[in-house]
Amino acid sequence: MAGQFLKALKLDGPGVTLRANEQEPLVAPIGPVAMKGTTDASTELISSPQRLAVDVRNVSLTFETADGKVDALSNVSLQIGDGEFVSFIGPSGCGKTTMLRVIADLQQPTSGTLLVNGMSAEQARLERRYGYVFQAPALFPWRTIEKNIKLPLEIMGFSDSEQRQRAARYLALVNLTGFERKFPWQLSGGMQQRVSIARALSFDPELLLMDEPFGALDEIVRDHLNEQLLQLWDKTGKTVLFVTHSIPEAVFLSTKIVVMSPRPGRIIDIIDCNFPRTRTLEIRETPEFLKIAQRVRVGLRAGHSYDE
Amino acid sequence: MTSSALAFPVSRAVAWRQHPVVERYAPIATIVLVLIGIWYIAAVLMNLSLVRDGFEREETPYTVSDLLEGTMSAERPLLPAPHQVIAAFVDSVFGYAPTAPRSLVYHSAVTLSATLLGFVLGALLGIGLALMIVHSRVLEKSLLPWIICSQMVPILALAPIFIVVLGAMGLQGLLPKSIISAYLCFFPITIGMVKGFTSPDPMQLDLMRTWSATPRQVLSKLRWPSAVPFLFASLKVAITISLIGAIVAELPTGAEAGIGARLLAGSYYGQTIQIWAALLASAILASGLIGLVSLAECGVVRQMGTRP
Repeated sequence: MAGQFLKALKLDGPGVTLRANEQEPLVAPIGPVAMKGTTDASTELISSPQRLAVDVRNVSLTFETADGKVDALSNVSLQIGDGEFVSFIGPSGCGKTTMLRVIADLQQPTSGTLLVNGMSAEQARLERRYGYVFQAPALFPWRTIEKNIKLPLEIMGFSDSEQRQRAARYLALVNLTGFERKFPWQLSGGMQQRVSIARALSFDPELLLMDEPFGALDEIVRDHLNEQLLQLWDKTGKTVLFVTHSIPEAVFLSTKIVVMSPRPGRIIDIIDCNFPRTRTLEIRETPEFLKIAQRVRVGLRAGHSYDE
Repeated sequence: MTSSALAFPVSRAVAWRQHPVVERYAPIATIVLVLIGIWYIAAVLMNLSLVRDGFEREETPYTVSDLLEGTMSAERPLLPAPHQVIAAFVDSVFGYAPTAPRSLVYHSAVTLSATLLGFVLGALLGIGLALMIVHSRVLEKSLLPWIICSQMVPILALAPIFIVVLGAMGLQGLLPKSIISAYLCFFPITIGMVKGFTSPDPMQLDLMRTWSATPRQVLSKLRWPSAVPFLFASLKVAITISLIGAIVAELPTGAEAGIGARLLAGSYYGQTIQIWAALLASAILASGLIGLVSLAECGVVRQMGTRP
């Protein structure tokens, strides 16, 4: 474990105090290193040697199926800095969900190395360093909304008063105050997905992994949630990894867009996307936006096979 | 005759049919009446030769109405008429002190105590086995075949062996009967709970993994609540089986009390009416027990906020 730390911290440059078993944020006496997710926008701008939230090097993952081997990920490398909003886009079967699951240690890569917040994916999972939002809200139907948000907190052993405070705070964050006593079936699909986001945030992980969270929602609700998600990202300064099918969604939300292609699953383009942190839906009409969207589309087309 | 003269009775008939009480109870009442009718016809047909032989043996002249009357009031009919059964039932329920050996209340209470103890033992065993099977593939492979085999052996053959073995160990009375009852009723609970414990959505299980929940937390916060509907479905099956188990256990043991003992005594002495009265008692007991389980289910389901 200590070895992993050393390896990870070399990237941060000098001046970083090494402490192997970390619960508190790392202490960084010198240097402009953005440490915890609580960085404000000003330090964000000057932190050039960014600490890496996710460091993927030459990762491959092969599934053994009845029809033979399937290369879900083939030799994928990707570095994601702290506080970035990275979208993964690509046709079905390009491995974007697998990518997220590998980072979350829900699946193990066949080969390659993977560091999450400077530690192995398993370690990051065991230390609860990330929150995962699935395609469906996956709320527990026998729990009220408040108790759904408290569930990870119960599991992690937060005190009762802390649980209550956090549930209230994160329900307010996703604009659902007043729905504490409702059961999931009493909420619309969009509201349920917001609850699942609040649940993922409730234990304040540095990293938020979102797998097509708004895929099942209609366009208007989606726009609305996209704006809310951006505000949330801006407020909390978390690193977000976001899987989507939608080009406008990817361009609107991201600081970096990763275009992927199937058979074998690989990265074909990484596009930087430097709109200001606070942006509104109106930027979707600007030429810069359309230019980036066009580049994403070209990348997607190149990777897409039409023979099916 | 004008059409308006016709209209009045028709509309009245419709109103009568649509009365909520009628709508709710008419179907079941019709079926009960039809069954009772068939029962009476069957009683006449089956007892006819018996009654006729009786008249001819005594060489008394008889008419058709004498014959019919005879079939309805024979002392040991092949098939007693419903009113005979009900009269015998009412008499043996209310005609004696509840502790008297001729009271059906007394015999029902004896069987009921064995049933309830057997049900509790069977439920604990069933749930315990299901837990072991769900948590270990080795146990699933090794236990499940034996569990299925255990239900292939006819309980009528096993019951005397149980009684003899347990008797040699100094166990008599309530416990051996409960064990036979438990032996029968654990099976549906095991099968139902294995299904129930494995019913959570893969996404919910993944979520628990991302929070690095312990197996115990996954059990208490996800698997248990998910299994509740399966639990009540299997408990309803199990409680009637455990009643049957308790009655069957009273048959080969020469038990002096219990519904099984009443059935046995009735068949020894050709007291068909007594047999039917005991059957009626066990039917009422069974529906009462299912009713209790359903009541508990209603309470729990409401607590869990299930969609009405």
